[in-house]
Amino acid sequence: MDTGKTDQIIDKHEGQASSLIQILLEIQSEYHWLPKEALERVSEKLHVPFSRVRHIATFYKAFSLVPKGRHEIHICMGTACHVRGATRILDKVQDLTGIQPGETDLDFKFSLETVNCLGCCAMGPVLEIDGQTHGKLSPAKTADVLKSFE
Amino acid sequence: MPRISSPAELEDIRRDVLSKRKLSKTCLTLCSGTACHATGSDRVAAAIEVELEKQGFKGEVYFRRTGCHGFCEKGPIVLVDPEEICYLQVTPEDVPEIVSQTIKEKKVIDRLLYTDPNTGERAARESDIPFYKNQERIVFGANRRIDPKSIEDYLAIGGYQALVKALFEITPEQVLEEVKEANLRGRGGGGFPAGEKWEVARNAPGEPKYVVVNCDEGDPGAYMDRSLMEGNPYGVLEGLMLGAYAIGAHEGYVYVRQEYPLALQNLGTAIKQAQEHGLLGRDILGSGFNFNVKVHRGAGAFVCGEETALLKSLEGEAGEPRPRPPYPAVKGLWGKPTCINNVETWANVPLIIHRGAQAFTSIGTEGSKGTKIFSLVGKINNTGLVEVPMGITIKDIIYKIGGGIPGGKKFKAVQTGGPSGGCIPAELLDLRVGFDELTKAGSMMGSGGMIVMDEDTCMVDVARYFINFLTDESCGKCLPCREGLRQMHKILTNITEGKGEEGDIELLEELSETAVEASLCALGKTAPNPFRSTVRYFRDEYEAHIKEKRCPALYCKELISYYIDPEKCQACGSCLRECPAEAIDGGKKMIHIVDQEKCTKCGTCFEVCPSRYSAVKKTSGEPVPPPIPEEERMIVKKSKEE
Repeated sequence: MDTGKTDQIIDKHEGQASSLIQILLEIQSEYHWLPKEALERVSEKLHVPFSRVRHIATFYKAFSLVPKGRHEIHICMGTACHVRGATRILDKVQDLTGIQPGETDLDFKFSLETVNCLGCCAMGPVLEIDGQTHGKLSPAKTADVLKSFE
Repeated sequence: MPRISSPAELEDIRRDVLSKRKLSKTCLTLCSGTACHATGSDRVAAAIEVELEKQGFKGEVYFRRTGCHGFCEKGPIVLVDPEEICYLQVTPEDVPEIVSQTIKEKKVIDRLLYTDPNTGERAARESDIPFYKNQERIVFGANRRIDPKSIEDYLAIGGYQALVKALFEITPEQVLEEVKEANLRGRGGGGFPAGEKWEVARNAPGEPKYVVVNCDEGDPGAYMDRSLMEGNPYGVLEGLMLGAYAIGAHEGYVYVRQEYPLALQNLGTAIKQAQEHGLLGRDILGSGFNFNVKVHRGAGAFVCGEETALLKSLEGEAGEPRPRPPYPAVKGLWGKPTCINNVETWANVPLIIHRGAQAFTSIGTEGSKGTKIFSLVGKINNTGLVEVPMGITIKDIIYKIGGGIPGGKKFKAVQTGGPSGGCIPAELLDLRVGFDELTKAGSMMGSGGMIVMDEDTCMVDVARYFINFLTDESCGKCLPCREGLRQMHKILTNITEGKGEEGDIELLEELSETAVEASLCALGKTAPNPFRSTVRYFRDEYEAHIKEKRCPALYCKELISYYIDPEKCQACGSCLRECPAEAIDGGKKMIHIVDQEKCTKCGTCFEVCPSRYSAVKKTSGEPVPPPIPEEERMIVKKSKEE
């Protein structure tokens, strides 16, 4: 792994330990996960124990300690979507992809996560793939959406 | 625009901005909040740019993209000012006509207007649409007039007048007094009087002091803070500066939820512009007052909305709450006096300072002054963000503004206050909205989520849903919350799956009491609320699940069955084709039957059965009628027989 990028991010925050979360967020958005080497580098450069870096990385949901698939599916399980049948959308996606929330399939095609509100309640139930929102879903429509991804 | 170094210069620039605005008479405004963005406002914007150029209006018509207008159900929204014409659900294909007809010919395009679903009447102006007409948009209304990337737009609507008044005309003590007199209560959940909090922070020993914006809006189904931050970050920042001036702070933080990329982006732009113009930084407007602000991205933890957890997170640690007191106003960030308020609270401050506390307190009830923004979502016709005066009835919000329940269904309850809130049943529809009123009814104001539920919503499932959410979000520090909620979730899941037992309700009540009494922070203390309020108003639903293994709302999968009414089935084959489990047996002119063994209860057949037949039925708590005998399955049309 190229530690240059990680170093750059750490330097940008002037190596301050209080910026730990911000640094990890940037590493996460760079690699789409937190490789162990990067975490070790952060621990070393910020003089923060590795156990604390791990603590942060596991406490917050934005971080992933495993690599993600090419397409990240976020299914909204917010209350508005829930009362409009989000569970059935989740069932359908699990059925089609064969993965549970938090998992990535063996081909690294899809990663599945549930989120608590995407703030497009008018379009519920919604899911988001690679930042694109798909709304007013039914299980059948969900299948159509997933089909368009390679 | 140069750095502004005095109030007089600010007024010069404001006048300059306004005079330029008069030249371009027509203004086209496109809502580009997150919801409209998802429905395609980017493509509409591109079409507008192209069409204005093509039809020769570039430069003559002022085109502006703003934050959320609130009527998310009908986005993307296009407004044509000064006529105030409001077009809904605009597609890129509509744009050429809008330019050639409305801008050029001054003609209104009827099909893009709001049509009342009951009367069929159209409303051309935004202010004639019932959704807007019954609101009081003193805070949120600015969104539609501001391009969040343009500080000039904020100046044009009178921005920074409150700041000038505070810095040059009145003392910090007077700012504090004004906010206290306005009785501004925290819009983020607790409803604690902001003025009192500020006073404690002001008087607490220790330097430096900090002010913090809590934009970690985690309640599912609530997005008003995001929309304020996306649409008018200047207003929030001005409020923050006024707070800093009042308590003697020179440094502020904005904690933004990680899931809100657009809010982060717009806030970043606003801070940069304010810095460039000398409205943030050293010696603001030549007053000698210094103030800087930093943005901190959250990383996805609901508990960080709790103030002590948020501060931990700001310090770069895991967001675990700590016991209070000491309150953050005394010992907060890095152990220094810190004043935390949520986005909507800060956004109210400039209004109070500019117009005075009296104007603010003229709206509202005895204990709750001003307005509140709610996100009205769920089983409601007009989903969106609504700003209403405190004291309005829930009925008015749901029926006058929200347009009632879709599909002619019956209203069952409205859930307010987020996961820690509660459900308000139909018999309390006349309840007036206010901090104390909602608490008395067993719910709470919370941050302002208002999730409407109809007869198809199972209240036991709603309780299970929220307890599940909170189990997941519990930071795990203290036992009643960590383990108690887990057990509650287990019992509630059993009930929804038909495995409930006598005594479960009592056990849930006991666990609730422990969590309320013994949890460390507000998350645990309020976590049993969803159960408590649903059992208070809908105990019969719990009992039906436990005793009769029946879900009255026909929602809980394990307790319902689907079958096809042989009297109604016309063998159209829709369900047969769509059933993902191949559980339907049928053929041409042959009444279809659901194979109960194979059925996964996904509900697809129920949805695809044409409404003119409505042959697929749901049942719960009673045996499924036996399939009709083979020999009677052929559909024979009588007319042909004769």
